[in-house]
Amino acid sequence: MSEASIPASAGRGFFGEAPYRGIFGWIFSTDHKRIGLLYFWSIVTFFIVGVALGVLIRLELFAPGETIMGAQTYNAVFTLHGVIMIFLFIIPGIPAAFGNLIMPIQIGARDVAFPKLNLFSWWLYMTGACMALLSLFTGGGPPDTGWTFYVPFSAQTSTNVSLAALAVFVLGFSSILTGLNFVTTIHRLRTDGMTWTRIPLFTWTLYATAWIQILATPVIGITVALLFAERVLGTGLFDPTQGGDPIMFQHLFWIYSHPAVYIMVLPGMGVVSDIVAVFARKPAFGYKAMVVSSLAIAFAGSLVWAHHMYTSGISDLAVMVFSFLTFIVAIPSAIKVFNWLATLYQGSILLDPPLLFALSFILLFTIGGLSGLVLGSAATDVHVHDTYFVVGHFHFVMFGGTGMAFFAAMHYWLPKIYGRMYDKTVATVSWVIIFVGFCILYIAMKVVGIQGMPRRYYDYIPEFTGLNQLATFGSWILTLGLILMFVNIFRGLFYGEPVGNNPWGGASLEWQIPSPPPTENFGDEDPVVTHGPYDFKKAGIL
Amino acid sequence: MTDDHSHIVPYQTFVIVWCALLVLTGITVWVAQYNLGAWNVWVALTIATFKSGLVVAYFMHMKYEQWLFKLSLLSALAILAIFIGFTFFDVLYR
Amino acid sequence: MSGHVHKDYIGAKFGMWLFLFTEVLLFGGLFILYAVYLARYPQEFISAGGELDVRFGGGNTLVLLTSSLFVAISITALRREKVRLAMGLLGATIGCAALFMINKYFEWTAKFSHGIYPGSEHFAAMKPGEVVFFNIYYLTTGLHGIHVVIGAIILAWTMCLIRSGRVNAKDWVILENAGLYWHLVDLIWIFIFPLYYLVLH
Repeated sequence: MSEASIPASAGRGFFGEAPYRGIFGWIFSTDHKRIGLLYFWSIVTFFIVGVALGVLIRLELFAPGETIMGAQTYNAVFTLHGVIMIFLFIIPGIPAAFGNLIMPIQIGARDVAFPKLNLFSWWLYMTGACMALLSLFTGGGPPDTGWTFYVPFSAQTSTNVSLAALAVFVLGFSSILTGLNFVTTIHRLRTDGMTWTRIPLFTWTLYATAWIQILATPVIGITVALLFAERVLGTGLFDPTQGGDPIMFQHLFWIYSHPAVYIMVLPGMGVVSDIVAVFARKPAFGYKAMVVSSLAIAFAGSLVWAHHMYTSGISDLAVMVFSFLTFIVAIPSAIKVFNWLATLYQGSILLDPPLLFALSFILLFTIGGLSGLVLGSAATDVHVHDTYFVVGHFHFVMFGGTGMAFFAAMHYWLPKIYGRMYDKTVATVSWVIIFVGFCILYIAMKVVGIQGMPRRYYDYIPEFTGLNQLATFGSWILTLGLILMFVNIFRGLFYGEPVGNNPWGGASLEWQIPSPPPTENFGDEDPVVTHGPYDFKKAGIL
Repeated sequence: MTDDHSHIVPYQTFVIVWCALLVLTGITVWVAQYNLGAWNVWVALTIATFKSGLVVAYFMHMKYEQWLFKLSLLSALAILAIFIGFTFFDVLYR
Repeated sequence: MSGHVHKDYIGAKFGMWLFLFTEVLLFGGLFILYAVYLARYPQEFISAGGELDVRFGGGNTLVLLTSSLFVAISITALRREKVRLAMGLLGATIGCAALFMINKYFEWTAKFSHGIYPGSEHFAAMKPGEVVFFNIYYLTTGLHGIHVVIGAIILAWTMCLIRSGRVNAKDWVILENAGLYWHLVDLIWIFIFPLYYLVLH
């Protein structure tokens, strides 16, 4: 990379150059890093709310019967937990926060292609979030349908599903606009020498993700719009008494929501790819296979939606076809896992916190992914469908996968953005606690699911008490670890030791500029890229 | 400010395309008088596809854009076709 | 932005196309439902669809095709510095949008006066397949109508920009993108017209 183009003065970087005074310098800024931080702090806030709700669910399930809340409250709490975690944390989590912070720098751009649209996306996100929260206190009370809004219940319940559906519509368009922005940015704004095979794998996964955001998200938009119309206008397209078919709601819902699973996990895979290469000090093994598998996951993920509906009454042929197609997704996912391991093999590994979180991603995602095959195979799915096995499975891939990748990204990139380092020992300790708590909580869920405990039930038979109490203990340990991790990293970001430009020894562009980065990332000249993102020798790291 | 490879399409091209669209509309209305059974829909969709092809290629300048635009459009349509087509694995065989 | 302002026309157009894809898939959800319910209720769709008037649908087809021609020509006109012609054509397009909506208004009120609307007694007496047809007809043409109105507003805004000189022969990408949006509205109608007004007779 050309050293000449990098300004010598580091200072406070983009923090020192607010376009307006006070908070307006943030909420009206079109700088991708400021928008990224807006997203980051809003997302973390909602995540903490979601965790609190999750802890409440576990408390309620500590013993059979009513423990701390009534059944209706319980329904509202798990619905809200799902809606917040899915739509406000995990879908925008990595792309909107770290994608905005890092992706333009990684490709040598000064900003995204449409900066104003980017700011508008955040405003839409906040509008959707406020609508979702407003739905708790208005109308007929908090929605109690679960985050999936299945008809006919969602069309008939007196709770405020209408507003929540509109919130999902708005959040969907926020996601679409981010995806549109990223695809255009990656096509049009790469700097000189940033060829397609020199793009860091994190940016590649964002590219694949952005295409899913563009092509799948509109379908959830029309689905919730139709649900809204059914509730408000009485146009019962899913109402059997009007000739409609409730299963078509499930089709449309999962046509988006299954690809959305890959919106959630692909960017996490990109984070892990970057981190594993940097902390093993080796080029990412099978770079091209990683790129192709990202695109393949994005495509194959669009072919498998009905595997959520094996027991819904779809045709036997559909069950067979979608079960077969589901197994195809396992191939590119496995390619990624093997390539991460091959990258680590014989590397000079630095066991720093970002890598620890990335490693737990690999392990937990693999366990979650393999248990997903149990669900993808129709014969076994029939037995565990809608049990706690499913809940355990998706927490392994979503929280153990994307959640861990989000924490890894926090520990990897936030020191770059803030220019300060957290306490690595405390971070490691918090990682251990999180990992232990996680395993206790979700393994217990999987076991109790295999034993037959249905998901979303308020009550259970006494035989399940032991494992439920174990899971609740696990949730306490997990929460403790999360508190420690957040306190440590946020303290570090504001009061920690200053870091240099390149604390981890990365070779991609974001490590060649000052920490915190200046407003337009690069000085007067655009950077010229002369080597790949993991070429540590040419970058002078090794 | 202008980019050179952006083609200025002459007025008469648009008028010819418009005439073609009107003719195709006439054909699709005329064909609809005859009952072709299940083929009704497919004939109508084929003509509509031709019409939309003309609109996309000329009115929307797709003919003059780079391969990236064409490939993206094809991908989007392929995904839509998959969404519609795969649903019928369920609907037709239930 | 320290002198780095540059306009990427290809990027701007590409971004607009990506947005149009989302619109296509938004309507795609309704077309999936149309296809599924047509396969399930072929007879009821014919008995219900036969009540739609080809003259309304066909008339609106002509209106939209012509408006698309106006928009397409207006871009060429603007780039050839014929600003007044471009403005006039955009005005005519907005006129077409108004005509379309007036047409739609009479079509819907005629249906409403026959008691064909969600929640009516007549509706409740119809067969389920017929109810589904009218529900999806109202929702699809309604969503399309909303897009016609939005498109007209965008074109009106573009006219203001041309008047103020912000959009001109050298810098016309906003008109180009507004035009793309309007053509999409036309494209959707090209499929709605045969599927709802023709094949069910």
